[in-house]
Amino acid sequence: MSVLVYTESENGKLKKSAYEVASYAKAVADQLGSSVTAISFNTENNDQLGTYGVSKVLNVTDDKLATFNALAYANSIAQAAKSENTQVIVVSSSTNSKFLAPILAAKLKAGYVPNVVAAPESTSPFSVKRTAFSNKGFAHTEITTDIKIVGVSNNAFGIMENQTTATVESYNADLSDADFAVKSIEIDKVAGQVTIADADIVVSGGRGLKGPENWGMIEELAEILGAATACSKPVSDMGWRPHGEHVGQTGKPVASNLYIAIGISGAIQHLAGVSASKTKVVINSDPEAPFFKAADYGIVGDAFEVVPQLIEKLKQFKAQNA
Amino acid sequence: MKILVCISNVPDTTSKINFTDGDTKFDTNGVQFVINPNDEFGLTRAMWFKEKQGTTVHIATVGEASVEPTMRKALAIGADEAIRVNAAPTDGFFVAEQLANIIKDGGYDLVIAGRESIDYNGGMVPGILATLLGMNFVNTCISLEVEGTTATAIREIDGGKETVQTSLPLVIGGQKGLVQESDLKIPNMRGIMMARKKTLTVVEPIEATVATKDAKFDKPMAKGAVKLVNSADELVDLLHNEAKVI
Repeated sequence: MSVLVYTESENGKLKKSAYEVASYAKAVADQLGSSVTAISFNTENNDQLGTYGVSKVLNVTDDKLATFNALAYANSIAQAAKSENTQVIVVSSSTNSKFLAPILAAKLKAGYVPNVVAAPESTSPFSVKRTAFSNKGFAHTEITTDIKIVGVSNNAFGIMENQTTATVESYNADLSDADFAVKSIEIDKVAGQVTIADADIVVSGGRGLKGPENWGMIEELAEILGAATACSKPVSDMGWRPHGEHVGQTGKPVASNLYIAIGISGAIQHLAGVSASKTKVVINSDPEAPFFKAADYGIVGDAFEVVPQLIEKLKQFKAQNA
Repeated sequence: MKILVCISNVPDTTSKINFTDGDTKFDTNGVQFVINPNDEFGLTRAMWFKEKQGTTVHIATVGEASVEPTMRKALAIGADEAIRVNAAPTDGFFVAEQLANIIKDGGYDLVIAGRESIDYNGGMVPGILATLLGMNFVNTCISLEVEGTTATAIREIDGGKETVQTSLPLVIGGQKGLVQESDLKIPNMRGIMMARKKTLTVVEPIEATVATKDAKFDKPMAKGAVKLVNSADELVDLLHNEAKVI
């Protein structure tokens, strides 16, 4: 019996989300009285997982799996789940995890619940709390199959230390050419850039910024904070910013610790998409903007005055607290 | 080429969400239902294939008779035929098995579904049905071209995009980007009139897996009032000392 967690890495190093899903898996294992096994792909620092309660790591080392491949990864995880006699599989909410989890669900005939925000409410029936209706509500969802797959919402559970010693074993699944029927041709990704999915802080701009030429200060603010940049739907529809930056109900969800909305009025769809963020700040010249009702802190003022001041203050703050 | 677009009937994005029956059911009272936005991008891309490559486009929905107006809208946009599986869409696994049952005998080369529905946000129907049928699968798809039996797709990844190549038969989980927002079609009067005459076949559900059950719903707790601050100085101080996020 075990809880199996898929711990993602990038360039051979575990991602921050890997520690969060490992922490979550440990909480599930404690409830079930079992232990946590992690599965990693071509990862160098698997021993780190011991700090978060993982007692065994299956590290798949295979050049064919150097690039993420949903079917091949899902098949590897499914085989590991069988050999480990797994009851619960834990994955993150990354784009890749959300790609492979349904494949895994079909292969194992397992119920899959994504966007889970807390440790299971009970294990019999197995019940988890998740967001639904694009963050406008929560559902308490029971999984009724023998094997259960839980997708943990980013930043919802947090990283919790639970000192264990992780033994790392190499693991190789039995894969065939059919598992590689979808081939990666090109990956277009800015190296070293903080992504919206992984960011602790997101700085987002709206129509109030008047044009794409004014995004310099948004980028500067994001850089000082180590934040990702995002935008509202009209901004991406007008082509001021790439679609990948659009956050909201039909764009990307944001679950950061701090979300700063600049010149965004706060349409219901936008607010739904960002509501999982813990602290929300709004800067808008219109005191009636709906975002003020959803925010924790607000400044009523012209973004072109407030943002440069904020950049200055943060520079001083960083200098003092470095 | 023959395409099936899977359409989910969802509350309009501006809907206020409420629950009923002791918070065990979504309250549809006063809610406008629409084609799930992620599916609508896929439907519009399917129309592009129809115009350029003479493709046949069918749509399918798992739902009770109340979903038919949304299906007629998809027909008015230009789909040729519709299939409704006469069952409440209990959970993702159930819906995927119902759709897989239609697809396996339907001769479809390409199945376009939305990445997720904006109501229950399960995001699992396209992946489960592709796996059940042994069809290739690309999720979070923002571009799709088909040449013969070769498909080239671009999928969104965290922080960028990836171009992938595969072959038909293929299932995609589509989203915004498959077509531009401005390319979405609003049905015209002729389309609406024609849609009334198009075939909408109702099939009974097969016995299928139900893997999850939403036992209870609730709404986020009401938020406290916003704290208005007057200066950048004060904001930095609050973010550091009170919210402890910087």
